[in-house]
Amino acid sequence: MGALTELAGDEKNGDGSRTFVFNNEGHTLGNALKTIIARYPEVDFCGYTIPHPTEQKLHFRIQSHRERAIDLLKRGLEDLEALCDHTMNTFETEMNSFNATAVGSN
Amino acid sequence: MPGDKKQPLLYMEEYRVKQDPKDYGLADEVFNMEVFKNKLQVVIVRNDEENGLEFDLIGVYPAIANAFRRLMLSEVPSMAIEKVYIYNNTSIIQDEVLAHRMGLLPLRADPRLFAYRSEESTEQGSEQDTLEYELKVKCTRRKDATKEQSNFDDIYKNHKVYSGHLKWLPKGKQGQIYSESSVNCIHDDILIAQLRPGHELDLRLIAVKGIGKDHAKFSPVATAFYRLLPQITLTREVSGKDAYLLQNCFSPGVIGIDENECAYVKDARYDSCSRNVYRYPQLADAVIMARVRDHYIFSVESVGALKPEVIFLEAVKVLKKKCRAFIDEIEAK
Repeated sequence: MGALTELAGDEKNGDGSRTFVFNNEGHTLGNALKTIIARYPEVDFCGYTIPHPTEQKLHFRIQSHRERAIDLLKRGLEDLEALCDHTMNTFETEMNSFNATAVGSN
Repeated sequence: MPGDKKQPLLYMEEYRVKQDPKDYGLADEVFNMEVFKNKLQVVIVRNDEENGLEFDLIGVYPAIANAFRRLMLSEVPSMAIEKVYIYNNTSIIQDEVLAHRMGLLPLRADPRLFAYRSEESTEQGSEQDTLEYELKVKCTRRKDATKEQSNFDDIYKNHKVYSGHLKWLPKGKQGQIYSESSVNCIHDDILIAQLRPGHELDLRLIAVKGIGKDHAKFSPVATAFYRLLPQITLTREVSGKDAYLLQNCFSPGVIGIDENECAYVKDARYDSCSRNVYRYPQLADAVIMARVRDHYIFSVESVGALKPEVIFLEAVKVLKKKCRAFIDEIEAK
């Protein structure tokens, strides 16, 4: 554990602004998560950076004045998880029907 | 057909890529799971041994499509040879080069049936996380060879070492669970080294589970890429000689010519999107080239251990697992 931490310096800014540090993550998760969280109406700013290419660290910034940043992050992760589930289900259904027709035509 | 409804387009002009001025999609969109579910479409186009899997992923963000691609390349696990014990190597190929070549051999073993090696695991590994092979080849001169023969195959025995020479050594109960054909090399005709009489190889190889991020040999795909669906529209009639010129400007099969010698767009899907038409002033104004912004054509070609559709599903699972791990961590705080 301990793959997710917070960067110091946001104590005065309330709960809405945080920079989270993801260990051992990169653009794959960072960009996907950013596109989702940045599209929430409650979010004022969302962005990510990988401060150094040889360090496996992802800095993920969320700013909002309506909701806690940690809640937004959790919501983003849950939405991304649901998105994965839905993609898998759709893909599997399509694959099964594709295989069924392929077998039928042979 | 997806062509009927309004598709968000990116126009490819002669010197630039232009966004549709009425398309605010990426800038203003609010994320909503229900909207996403309605928009997402998957169409399987082709799935065969030779060319791999081709499918369309329609209605997703670029970051999501790219995440899936990146995951397939570097975070879906597979088995590969990681350690090579060299007991004897008198061939001309150096130990380290030989070891590297062994590492790149694609293995058929299903990575889902194995565990990652942990920090504590021993050098030998256990039957859950390790596969062991041996390669023992010795080159000799054929007794029946005459001086007139010049073909190496006739003079030497075992002068070419192939991946088929690899012998699987079952660990523990592995012999009962797996068969030789389910764990050995996918191709048995990969040339590993060439020997001459007196040369000998005696190696023991240890294969483990790993991911492409660590080393490309663990990547389960040969290629995994996507492209956006091209769309070509003819704005006016092009006929006669110009029609054939137009046809030549695009990939084969994209532009068809009907019985009145008029050009029409037959199938824009496999166009390479080169902008050759713009070289001809008489044609440049007749064509609008575009790509559908949210229509991704994925091509996945497996190395052979897993089927391409399984690789895609595994990739999505990896992303899901990452999310779950972080959600659990937030909840634990």
